[in-house]
Amino acid sequence: MIKVHAVTKRFGDFIALDDVSLEVPDGSLTALLGPSGSGKSTLLRVIAGLEAPDRGEVEVGGEHATHLPPQERDVGFVFQHYAAFKHMTVRDNVAFGLTIRKRPKDQIKAKVDELLELVGLAGFHSRYPGQLSGGQRQRMALARALAIEPRVLLLDEPFGALDANVRADLRAWLRRLHDEVHVTTVLVTHDQEEAMEVAENLVVLRDGHIEQVGAPREIYERPANEFVMGFIGPVSQVDGTLVRPHDIALSDKPVDGAEKATVQRVVHLGFEVRAELIRGTGESVVAQLTKSEADALDLRDGETIWLRSPTRSAEPLSA
Amino acid sequence: MTSTSRASRLTLRLIALAYLAVLLVVPVGVVFYRTFEHGVIAVYDSITTPAAISAFFLTLEVTLIAVPLNAIFGVLAAIALVRGRFPGKRLFDALIDLPFAVSPIVVGLALLLIYGRGGWLGDWLLDNGIQVVFSTPGIVLATIFITLPFVAREVAPVLREIGDEQEQAAATLGASAWQTFRRVTLPAIRWGLIYGVVLSTARAIGEFGAVSVVSGKIGGETETLTLLVEKRFQNFDLAGAYAASALLAVIAFVTLAGMTLVNKREEDTT
Amino acid sequence: MSVAAPASGPSAPLSAGRARRRRRAPAGSLAVGVSTLWLSLIVLIPLAAVVTRAFDAGLGEVWDSVTSRQAVSALRFTLIVSLFVAALNAAFGTLVAWVLVRDRFRGKSLVNALIDLPFALPTIVAGLTLLALYGPSSPVGVNVAFTKVAVAMALLFVTLPFVIRSVQPVLIELDREMEEAAASLGASNATIFRRIIFPNLMPAILSGAALAFSRAVGEFGSIVLLSGNIPFDTQVASVYAFKQIESDNVNGAAAVSVVLLALSLVVLLGIRSVERWGARDDQH
Repeated sequence: MIKVHAVTKRFGDFIALDDVSLEVPDGSLTALLGPSGSGKSTLLRVIAGLEAPDRGEVEVGGEHATHLPPQERDVGFVFQHYAAFKHMTVRDNVAFGLTIRKRPKDQIKAKVDELLELVGLAGFHSRYPGQLSGGQRQRMALARALAIEPRVLLLDEPFGALDANVRADLRAWLRRLHDEVHVTTVLVTHDQEEAMEVAENLVVLRDGHIEQVGAPREIYERPANEFVMGFIGPVSQVDGTLVRPHDIALSDKPVDGAEKATVQRVVHLGFEVRAELIRGTGESVVAQLTKSEADALDLRDGETIWLRSPTRSAEPLSA
Repeated sequence: MTSTSRASRLTLRLIALAYLAVLLVVPVGVVFYRTFEHGVIAVYDSITTPAAISAFFLTLEVTLIAVPLNAIFGVLAAIALVRGRFPGKRLFDALIDLPFAVSPIVVGLALLLIYGRGGWLGDWLLDNGIQVVFSTPGIVLATIFITLPFVAREVAPVLREIGDEQEQAAATLGASAWQTFRRVTLPAIRWGLIYGVVLSTARAIGEFGAVSVVSGKIGGETETLTLLVEKRFQNFDLAGAYAASALLAVIAFVTLAGMTLVNKREEDTT
Repeated sequence: MSVAAPASGPSAPLSAGRARRRRRAPAGSLAVGVSTLWLSLIVLIPLAAVVTRAFDAGLGEVWDSVTSRQAVSALRFTLIVSLFVAALNAAFGTLVAWVLVRDRFRGKSLVNALIDLPFALPTIVAGLTLLALYGPSSPVGVNVAFTKVAVAMALLFVTLPFVIRSVQPVLIELDREMEEAAASLGASNATIFRRIIFPNLMPAILSGAALAFSRAVGEFGSIVLLSGNIPFDTQVASVYAFKQIESDNVNGAAAVSVVLLALSLVVLLGIRSVERWGARDDQH
């Protein structure tokens, strides 16, 4: 549905996208994930037509869109800071796309009512964006984008400006919305937890390149390189290799293949327990266990413990 | 807009620049041309006549009295507006803008009605030998009136923006009100203050209408630079009028340069 | 874990018994007192004198003065030309502000600085300047001296910066993403300007135009040379009042002044409510 081919984009000396190619599956909810400066927002804006690539092509819905302005691409775009039309009511905001297409008034009214109901803002018709909370404004922005029945929905860090608990609610809500509406959706985020929770297809970017594309579980369990592994989840380093903290096995008695280590500090985070350990080599390592595992071991600061790295980490990882 | 076509952008630019040229640039250019048409020496002679020199010094004197006084008022008024809470504050805020909206002739008339013969204070003053209207004090009062709001209006937003946390911090560290003002508040508002002073100075030097009513236009005594320009014009001394105008225009340009500089410095240091 | 107790430092500046126990004066009461006093002495009382003088001779005489044929003509001309100038500068001022904020070209910052020239230049010099170019000895052969056009030009000059400086900051702060959102929803550039940008600029344009209007209504110095002050033709209210003062008809002058003052006050208050209306949707 969306195809990006060999796109390069520079801002002065800074290369935001370097020969990037990507295919977004029809009807999917894809997340563009990466640290700031990785090019994910730029890529989204290139797809939307808000930025023009220096090189490369963009296809939206089977059409060559590279030189089309955003008005003609039939994309819905949602901004991090909502971009609400602050001088218009909620109703006029949502109706905007239809109003300028000169649709009949009753058609517009029906659509606006339907969408406000869908996003949980029924009855907010006459309010102004200034009177809404952040979460409500973003839901309005989504309704506004969906009103024109776009082929593609693009969201640029949509929950970045919201409180943590509102963010969590809206994530789940977006997932349900997508299940209902089935529009090809691309979401930009720097929060890997958000990406994994919401998307079925992940694209990890760094410094203008795509590092890996795949389902969340696949990327977590089979990261393409150290960067992806470190970005997508917690890592501990043992003898120069990266392993997952929860893959480190601990035992209070010497076991085959285990080494001696001292517990430096135990941190209880509810269900999860993190143990900071110092190996015989002097290297410090973080292991992660469940509360019940920690209780069974009776972990205490200063204790001696036996630690075993996962055999999986014997696989050499490409840097 | 995400991308205006090159043609429409150029068209808008052209119209805007043409408007400014016709109204602003070309007329000023012509004045300078006319002024120096007969050579620099003629101009120099024209602005160093006794009348011109005394006009210059009178303008300077009036400005040097009016501007500092209004600077003090401006800072106090800004503090009152931003940090104070008192009945009628909204009204006070609106009234400070009055000098912007009042015609200079009305200002002159108002001063006549207070300090002139038959005015509220006039008779008493004149009987005691104090001449206000048709003399320098009148000109000073008129100038103070019209430059009143500038510093207040420039300092108040700055004061509002910096908030009073720094001043509270100073208080917890033991600073007295005056120390806090001198060491914390004043440095924070300095750019707004300077900008306001520059604006008031330009306005003070350029005042004509109010001073026209109140000064008596006695050459060599109560004639400011602006009144000198008018007199020379009325006496068909066009070259002389242009010369004095050019002097005032140069002062205006220096003021403009000052304003731009202050804006730049403020951007760099905040 | 035990945290070491902080070492005892130098004694606190306000330890009891040492420093004078000074109750901090309520925020700026000195400032309030002095500034209100100054404002009253310099501005309010003199203006009150004008109003009192006008009504001293009775309401009837005020009415007569204001409705004398010459006064009416002057007032009417002043109002019309000021409205015209405010409207023209509203349109062109918005355009210039747009170009200054959104366009990029060499010399733009110089042009931007020049906008303030009418603020800095004495009004009498402004009048002379326009006379040099558009008067009897015009190098381009355009002579509008002693006509209504001359008055309009002088007023256009002195009110030039108001709308521009009022609109510029609003344009700079305008959320570009609103425009991008509108584009993504299918709006053309013209539509974006009409439905998104212009409504958000409206309060600033209005308050700039109101300031321009109120300045124009009272303007004197730039008009007095260029217009010829022909009664019933090119004479404005301020010049009329000036002439009355010169011919010792102080009552007449005061009456017209009261009308001008009332106009100024109405406009001032109008601007304030426009500004408040404009700020209402900035409640983020």
